[in-house]
Amino acid sequence: MPRDGRTKLSRRAWITTTSGVIAAGLVKTQTDAIKLVAQEAPSDPTRVPGKLVSELGGRAPAEEPKRLVRAQTLSSSSRTPLADLMGTITPADLHFERHHAGVPDIRLEDHELLVHGMVERPMVFRMSDLMRYPQVSRIQFLECSGNGGGVYNRDRMPTEVTVQALDGLLSTSEWTGVAVSTILREVGVRRGASWILAEGSDAAVMSRSIPLDKVMEDSMLAYGQNGERIRPEQGYPLRLFNPGYEGNTSVKWLRRIEVTDQPTHTRDETSKYTDPLGDGKVRQFSLAMDAKSVITFPSYPYALPETGWWEIRGLAWSGRGRITKVEVSTDGGRTWVDAALQGPILEKSTVRFRHLFDWNGRDTVILSRATDETGYVQPTVEQLWDARGTRTSYHQNHQRAWKIARTGEVTFGLGELV
Amino acid sequence: MRRAQTGGRVPLRGAAEGGLPGMVRGAFLLVVATALVACSDSGQTADRAPIVSGDVAMAGTLEGIPAHAPARFDFGTEASAARVAIWDIDVRPDGEGLPEGSGSVAQGRDVYNVHCVACHGPTGTEGPNDRLVDSEQWDDVPSTRTVGNYWPHATTLYDYIRKAMPQLTPGILSEDQVYAVIAYILWMNEIIPEDSVLDAQTLAAVVMPARDKFVVDDRVGGAGPVR
Ligand code: HEC
Repeated sequence: MPRDGRTKLSRRAWITTTSGVIAAGLVKTQTDAIKLVAQEAPSDPTRVPGKLVSELGGRAPAEEPKRLVRAQTLSSSSRTPLADLMGTITPADLHFERHHAGVPDIRLEDHELLVHGMVERPMVFRMSDLMRYPQVSRIQFLECSGNGGGVYNRDRMPTEVTVQALDGLLSTSEWTGVAVSTILREVGVRRGASWILAEGSDAAVMSRSIPLDKVMEDSMLAYGQNGERIRPEQGYPLRLFNPGYEGNTSVKWLRRIEVTDQPTHTRDETSKYTDPLGDGKVRQFSLAMDAKSVITFPSYPYALPETGWWEIRGLAWSGRGRITKVEVSTDGGRTWVDAALQGPILEKSTVRFRHLFDWNGRDTVILSRATDETGYVQPTVEQLWDARGTRTSYHQNHQRAWKIARTGEVTFGLGELV
Repeated sequence: MRRAQTGGRVPLRGAAEGGLPGMVRGAFLLVVATALVACSDSGQTADRAPIVSGDVAMAGTLEGIPAHAPARFDFGTEASAARVAIWDIDVRPDGEGLPEGSGSVAQGRDVYNVHCVACHGPTGTEGPNDRLVDSEQWDDVPSTRTVGNYWPHATTLYDYIRKAMPQLTPGILSEDQVYAVIAYILWMNEIIPEDSVLDAQTLAAVVMPARDKFVVDDRVGGAGPVR
């Protein structure tokens, strides 16, 4: 806007002025001209040429989805904004993080993977070697087994909590890499082997034991995520990816695989990531993520502005295979209807579900429950309490609920039901 | 047994070269007969025959490996025993992987007060970071999950501290210092007496109070009872 008090130019006057400036040779290049036009243009985008092509795209300025960071310490996490996302794929820069000693700075050329132990030929692979092996890609979820730990406490059920804060340690990507079986075939696994130890190259030297039959079945040495090199926070340049297993086992910045005949019992499979069951026993190597679903819309802090038709939307997934059914209740769990599932329904991946709901303006609680191809049905929190006691902190896959108040305000509503 | 020497973690963050390679263990364990692996051994009978390898006619049966794939691609390089030893620093409950060296409770007190006290507190209970001491045992559910009442294996302390502690300067402690600080932590937890000295044999022999509490996951999916 010119500073001399003129408020608005007529379109004709504006074109004349702009053309005049250009014709007068005051701007030298087309880029300069377009910058000028963009500054001076009225807000109608059909009346002004747009921005030029660029080497790197970005989000629309008003769109600012962000990971939720609670504590910026070396051993910490950030959570995916599930309510802001559509479909199933998580943009790589919004994939949740959980690391135990920060994100290491690793150069592609320097990174090596050592595979040894009960093998015929211990070998070292550089990234260029790994890239040359037959490649596989799969769209699959990754979830931290601590996801949702905050909704298990009988005495402190939260109400004002977002789906991101509760269940944002869940993301879905297209992962690309080499099947672990390809590399084990290459080194030759000896008779008697039954586990591997996977170890990271971060300052925590994160270490986990994984059954050999699992990694032979479908684990991957992943170097790609959603079409690009895996991001540093996700393990650049190489991570193990164990589909359907608790996220911590998918060791990032992977530098070593040792084939063994027993688990190593590392700190993160004894002190952590184990489940005291309430009967004096502690469940160990609880690796598979059982079926789960969450409603992402409507959820806190959204408020339905009016009664009428609203589409309930959410995500469902299972670490044991495909989701076969998601049911939704709009009456606090008394009755259930099948939600629509958006294909393709992939194995050990998230599925988008939707259910059209005519809200009549009354108080109600909405829930979802998933069933997977093994026949497993996402349990209620009471079922988990009965089975595991009230003190476990991992694998909290029970049904979530949202309360819709008369005002349209949505809060976490499980406390209404238990 | 692999030996790891002080300071060898730089620049590769593994143990220093030297000592016997991890492969010795593999050879040793060939006597172990069966394994729960997904892949069949396609009829090879020799004890040494691998259960997974390109030589065992697996092409076409594995994801990403077409029928015409060669038995081996050989894109990587073979790792020498010395190369393996640099990174082979894990420690198992049977003591496998523990290095030479030793440390006493008294020595460990000094290590702890220099390298650990700031984050774990004077008696291992004050924080600000993870509590390391609680000798109170439990029947149904633990009120804390610490070394003294929750950790099933003492060897895990070696594996973890050598790899990850002190948090801001991991890898700084010598083998002897790691033994010593473990001795001090176990003594604070009333698991070993004050005159104890830990080395590869004595650490592997420590029986932790929570050892028998751990059971393997029994969740199986399916429509059966919720576990
Ligand atoms: C700068 C702070 C800091 C220092 C110094 C430090 N630690 Fe830690 N320690 C931590 C943090 C933080 C964790 C938890 C890390 C995690 O969960 O990823 C931890 C965890 C541990 C654990 C695991 C606790 C459990 O029950 O799972 C042990 C054992 C431990 N430290 C021992 C030591 C020892 C021994 C030293 C001294 C040689 C030491 N730490 C020095 C911060 C520190």
